[in-house]
Amino acid sequence: MSDHHHGHGDDHGHHHYDNHFTDMEARVKALEMVLTEKGLIDPAAIDAIVETYETKVGPRNGARVVAKAWSDAEFADWLRRDATAAIASLGFTGRQGEHMRAVFNTPDTHNLIVCTLCSCYPWAVLGLPPVWYKAPPYRSRAVIDPRGVLAEFGLELPVEKKIRVWDSTAELRYLVVPERPEGTEGFTEQGLADLVSRDSMIGTGLALSPEAVR
Amino acid sequence: MSTCNTTSPLVASAELPKSADGDPIFAEPWQAAAFAMTVRLHEQGVFSWTEWAEALSTELHKPGRKPDGSDYYDCWVAALSQLVAKLSITSGPELEALVRSWQRAAEATPHGKRIVLENDPLRRG
Repeated sequence: MSDHHHGHGDDHGHHHYDNHFTDMEARVKALEMVLTEKGLIDPAAIDAIVETYETKVGPRNGARVVAKAWSDAEFADWLRRDATAAIASLGFTGRQGEHMRAVFNTPDTHNLIVCTLCSCYPWAVLGLPPVWYKAPPYRSRAVIDPRGVLAEFGLELPVEKKIRVWDSTAELRYLVVPERPEGTEGFTEQGLADLVSRDSMIGTGLALSPEAVR
Repeated sequence: MSTCNTTSPLVASAELPKSADGDPIFAEPWQAAAFAMTVRLHEQGVFSWTEWAEALSTELHKPGRKPDGSDYYDCWVAALSQLVAKLSITSGPELEALVRSWQRAAEATPHGKRIVLENDPLRRG
């Protein structure tokens, strides 16, 4: 069983002008294009280099948001009601002031977010997406067969666990709050944050167990 | 897929922001792309280490830098643009026109679609 959700304001009939390149983003795209056309670089080779640094990009502050939600019930509640404000309260605001919604994994439900192909991925919170995540096949298959896609990433979920797939819209981007791993009682927020992988906040993985990071 | 460890001499570029374990760190994705392109061009011998170091140094020492160094990669991209023009790979005005074109393409791309240059309204027709 899987649900496919669209957030509010999913209005495909109009231009939202929500896609925007800063001067630097456009400049890098332009350079990449010129250099590719001249045969001096191969975009695949550039992707491969960027991939080796994928964990080095952005503030990746989502892990701290999740860790705080795990240790502070009041914050978790706020995050559930108004993720944009709760995340901003930690001093993290999206570059484009994007609205965030936190979706919480529970024993019954696993959440998976799919990437749209434009510039709306909240990398400042989640970190850079892996290259495969941006590939069109992932996006379409994640909607049709989320359980199969997750199994390919080594995440076998029990059949009775419901999977919800969230597709970000122009107005709303998602953050998965994974379940807190067992054996983490008494952990500090920093200790907990170390268990929150990028993949767990996209929903293609779970939070790490304390043994895994020891 | 080719693995590229941090063996490029470009990691020794002046003032490069690095993590505690010596890897370059990037505030935004475009910075990683700019770094990767430069690494690749240098690997292919498009320019030498000295040429790169000089170009970067010129940009880093221009007046008006931000005191917190948050414009480091702006300087990096400016240095790369200068080198690319100097080596006659493209001209300055040509590059500027392409920059504006990408910006118009982004604005005209509906949410959820890949941003491609063909979406620039001034390119169509």
